Amino acid sequence: MRQSLWRGFCVTSRLFSNHRVYGCSLQPVGQNYWITALPTLLIWTTLFVLTDKMASMLMNSLRCCPPVNPAWAVQYATRSLSTSVQLHAQVQTKSKKTLAKPGVKNIVLVEGVRTPFLLSGTTYADLMPHDLARAALQGLLHKTSLPKDAVDYIIYGTVIQEVKTSNVAREASLGAGFSDKIPSHTVTMACISSNVAMTTGVGLITAGQCDTIVAGGVEFMSDVPIRHSRKMRKTMLALNRAKTLGQRLSLIGSIRMAHLTPELPAVAEFSTAETMGHSADRLAAAFGVTRLEQDEFALRSHTLAKQAQDAGLLSDVISFKVPGRDTVAKDNGIRPSSMEQLAKLKPAFIKPHGTVTAANSSFLTDGASAVLIMSEEKALAMGYKPKAYLRDFVFVSQDPKDQLLLGPAYGTPKVLARAGLTMDDIDVFEFHEAFAGQIMANLKALDSDWFAQTYMGRKAKVGAPAMEKFNLWGGSLSLGHPFGATGCRLVTTVAHRLLKEGGQYGLVAACAAGGQGHAMVIEAYPQ
Amino acid sequence: KCPSHHESVINTKWEFSPPARTHVNYEVKEDVAVIRMNDPTSKVNTLSVQMQNEMIEVFNEVLANDAVQSAVLISSKPGCFIAGADINMIQACNTSEEVTKLSQEGQKMFARIEKSPKPIVAAINGPCLGGGLEFAIACQYRVATKSKKTVLGTPEVMLGLLPGAGGTQRLPKMVGIPGAFDMMLTGRNIRADKAKKMGLVHQLVDPLGPGLKSPEERTIEYLEEVAIQCAKGIVNKKISLTKEKGMMQKVQDYVMGIEFVRQQIYKTVTAKVMKMSKGLYPAPLKIIESVKAGLEQGPDSGYLAEAQNFGKLAMTSESNALIGLYHGQVACKKNRFGVPERPVKNLAILGAGLMGAGIAQVTVDKGIHTVLKDTTVEGLSRGQQQVYKGLNDKTKKKTITSFERDFTLASLTGQLDYSGFEKADMVIEAVFEDLNIKHRVIKEVEAVIPPHCIFATNTSALPIKDIAAASIRPEKVIGMHYFSPVDKMQLLEIITTDKTSKDTTASAVAVGLKQGKVIIVVGDGPGFYTTRCLAPMLAEAVRLLQEGVDPKKLDALTTGFGFPVGAATLADEVGIDVAAHVAEDLGKAFGSRFGGGNVEVLKTMVEKGFKGRKSGKGCYVYTPGLKSKDVNPDIEDVLEKYKLTPNPSSDSDVQYRLVSRFVNEAVMCLQEGILNGPVEGDIGAVFGLGFPPCLGGPFRFVDTFGANKLVEKMKRYEEVYGNHFTPCQLLLDHAKDSSKRFHK
Repeated sequence: MRQSLWRGFCVTSRLFSNHRVYGCSLQPVGQNYWITALPTLLIWTTLFVLTDKMASMLMNSLRCCPPVNPAWAVQYATRSLSTSVQLHAQVQTKSKKTLAKPGVKNIVLVEGVRTPFLLSGTTYADLMPHDLARAALQGLLHKTSLPKDAVDYIIYGTVIQEVKTSNVAREASLGAGFSDKIPSHTVTMACISSNVAMTTGVGLITAGQCDTIVAGGVEFMSDVPIRHSRKMRKTMLALNRAKTLGQRLSLIGSIRMAHLTPELPAVAEFSTAETMGHSADRLAAAFGVTRLEQDEFALRSHTLAKQAQDAGLLSDVISFKVPGRDTVAKDNGIRPSSMEQLAKLKPAFIKPHGTVTAANSSFLTDGASAVLIMSEEKALAMGYKPKAYLRDFVFVSQDPKDQLLLGPAYGTPKVLARAGLTMDDIDVFEFHEAFAGQIMANLKALDSDWFAQTYMGRKAKVGAPAMEKFNLWGGSLSLGHPFGATGCRLVTTVAHRLLKEGGQYGLVAACAAGGQGHAMVIEAYPQ
Repeated sequence: KCPSHHESVINTKWEFSPPARTHVNYEVKEDVAVIRMNDPTSKVNTLSVQMQNEMIEVFNEVLANDAVQSAVLISSKPGCFIAGADINMIQACNTSEEVTKLSQEGQKMFARIEKSPKPIVAAINGPCLGGGLEFAIACQYRVATKSKKTVLGTPEVMLGLLPGAGGTQRLPKMVGIPGAFDMMLTGRNIRADKAKKMGLVHQLVDPLGPGLKSPEERTIEYLEEVAIQCAKGIVNKKISLTKEKGMMQKVQDYVMGIEFVRQQIYKTVTAKVMKMSKGLYPAPLKIIESVKAGLEQGPDSGYLAEAQNFGKLAMTSESNALIGLYHGQVACKKNRFGVPERPVKNLAILGAGLMGAGIAQVTVDKGIHTVLKDTTVEGLSRGQQQVYKGLNDKTKKKTITSFERDFTLASLTGQLDYSGFEKADMVIEAVFEDLNIKHRVIKEVEAVIPPHCIFATNTSALPIKDIAAASIRPEKVIGMHYFSPVDKMQLLEIITTDKTSKDTTASAVAVGLKQGKVIIVVGDGPGFYTTRCLAPMLAEAVRLLQEGVDPKKLDALTTGFGFPVGAATLADEVGIDVAAHVAEDLGKAFGSRFGGGNVEVLKTMVEKGFKGRKSGKGCYVYTPGLKSKDVNPDIEDVLEKYKLTPNPSSDSDVQYRLVSRFVNEAVMCLQEGILNGPVEGDIGAVFGLGFPPCLGGPFRFVDTFGANKLVEKMKRYEEVYGNHFTPCQLLLDHAKDSSKRFHK
């Protein structure tokens, strides 16, 4: 008896220790960012064979102007990761001037917001998922001054469902003060749930059913449903139906200590029973991605995110007064560290020879996002200045065992072909970073003719995205990854980066559990 | 002249290159020598003479190479490490001394590996069996892939041998005495994850999926990378070779250190072996003996006992028989009829009874879409449940996941009508054994199936040509005789008529091989081969019962001869009604040769409802949930009614009366051309009917026992009991000329 109680306890505590596994156990960086960023740059210069010109330029820039424009410096640094070293962004002629199609409605992103993404178990710990979603919705209302009855439909994406608010879209929109006349539903497709929320909205507008859609996503990992065991549930349900005291007593008597062992939400893929981190490690090995490459990419993500945060580029983040706690205004998972510290970590999944660690994986995150999507004419009629057009998109799916996280590799060529664009036409890439190893594997897959021919039935590769265009404001590894909310963050970031950097086309790509994936082309709205 | 001469010597030395090695090579990566094995002449690696010689050569070079600190041993074949020693090497020996010497050479080579100052890491992907395992466990460290193909084991016992290259000495130390006995006495394959738990391998590597190379190629590369890391780790002491022992391990070691405990283990294991093998198989006993010698008298005695016992075993008739069966089985896993024109992708099975559902079960998980058709909802759902249960049992044993079970079941369609039969590539009927019903079915089916579709009939005795008489395309009709339970019995007997086309046969064999069967292809005739051999033996068993031999005694005598199931129990398992049916049919076809026992005995039993296990009563009474069974008291009346006065018959005579009739009929099948050759005859008898494996099958038995001795016995029985003991002509020929043998 005692033993099974103990076992139950162990299982529960293991669940919580999982949170810690995902969380970065690295030292936070001091106030002055450049103190750490300079050594980082030096490490990169020593690790990569740079062209003489590049190295001297880098050194010059460091010598001549000590307070270098951070964005510039990192662009040099990031180039060392890219396969094709380009020093000057060339003026390119696009394959297409616009992706507008005659007879097809233009759909625009008017605004996108998100709550700060926090490590689970931190400031949001006592909330419920719909609270976060509510905060995002209210932020959107506030930012757009949208009348509360001007929306036709609200769609939310989420992965781990809180059973009390299973249609979290409805509970959040009611709580956020939207008119109760606006229908809302919840969708799920693992890490691309909010992408599905957005594309569902796009579909409704295209079909002429709606003009104004709010889509979003929420994930709350600080609390997850832990169930009684199946046997216990069966007994409890039978107790409900029991009519006599005798029946009740005999049912209660049938309960054994073992029945009290709780059932945890599976962190493993249902069809293969493999955890995602394990699969990511195998994927990295299959593509020959080294630990060093992964740690470098993770460091890049954190470094860029920190820079973007400091430069105030993450303007989609709204501040949120957490009931009973402080106001949160910033993501709290961004921790640029050093390669030495990253190298110290032991592999988290495949032991002892694996390469995926807590630091080069995305961590368990709480957060919510929301976007306002409209038909262009409606947006203009309401006096909005749209941020971007939402253009072609695809969903793809592959073998959930060996190609679990290859969604971007499959989705990117497909959506480019659909839109009639080439890799060079894209100015802004925002890929979901589940694991550094997964990103590197996808980049290698995109850059391999053999992979394109053998597994995608294509004549040739489309090539890997240029690193100086890739996830320049950080990514899921550093900003955090609330499963259901990441999609909207990616789309909003592309829109904001296009505005900031002045490009025309952006590409979003993401992988999801179940071996699925998504990619979408976004076009800058003429300013 | 001198200096130039000197120079030329140096030159020749430099230019001299050893004859190119074909099986083993190595490459030095940093300070690790990666030794790669690949037998270019075969799909699998075996420890052949050539492989061993080249290995020793490479090993010497690696030891002598100062740039090398450690080594990795790996196979270049994606699906095989080392499948075992080369059996032909043993078979080429004429005396036990020669085999003992072979064993000692192997021992010596692995002792050098074990004592190597440079650590060697075995990187295992695919089968690592027999000599391959002994090689691996002589290495300092083992890394294995978690691939389903990766299995470790010592299957020597199944060939009547023992692990003769140090296995009996190293395994007990590595996995403990009970674990080692379990491995060596059962010969079972151990999967990588289990091997890790047992302490047989140190580290596991996951198989990889698609990347920048094919999954197989990259997985081996990855395994090599990890193994190299391990080798370096051992050299720089990051990996310790002495594993910290857990509490359980310490307790176990302590217990095993007590001599009394060890003696008890030997005693228990020996008793268990004697009970299972009836003392008919010498190998398990020699394995126990060798392990004991090593543990009790030290390694020198142990290795000597192992080598000597290996030599002795290699010369036994049992080992010869078992090796013969192994070769036969390999031969019967090939399609000698070539590749069929169209692969069977859609298979329909008629009748969801035990056989029909069993066939569905072994088909549905092989990527073949399977339709299971019955006439009633009840029959169909019983059959579907049987398939589900078969797969679910595998889920419980964790050989497949619940997802794989569901995915597999998605290829099974249960239905009551002929819809979709227009897409069927093959139909196997498993309906009731009645010619009229079979005729009706064949006509119904031929009306709905496409022209290329094959019609296979699963019957145990009805001649195929009689069934095919109702067909409008007899070239597409073939017999596929499965054995019950289909998922357990390895044999499939395929029966061709003179009208069956070669492509039809090729297709049936291809399907059978996919189902994992060992296949014999025989000619058409009443009872084909297997049923025809079994019937006379069962007739004799009935006669023995009539003579007053107790069913339990009858069972004991048959199992004592090496049959896995006694004759009376076998009759109950087959079904008394089926036995009666077959006995009557074959009696009509073959006349008095199938006499002996009175068919009326069986018929009366059927009338009384004693149909065997399925009806709860037969020769025995079966109580559900109870393993032991008692003799059915009510059959005494039946036997009393048909009682025969026994001629004094010794136990041995009872055994030979049963066996000689079986063997004579088998030889007759060869004589009449029903059988293609003695190999298929032996395989069919052993895998389908349980003929004693230690005898290697009826034909091997005649060779070993002596045809003249057998004929002499039969003639004696003929005088007493009548002409069903008359030896056939081929047997007489062999008796006359002792140089005539079925197996070379």
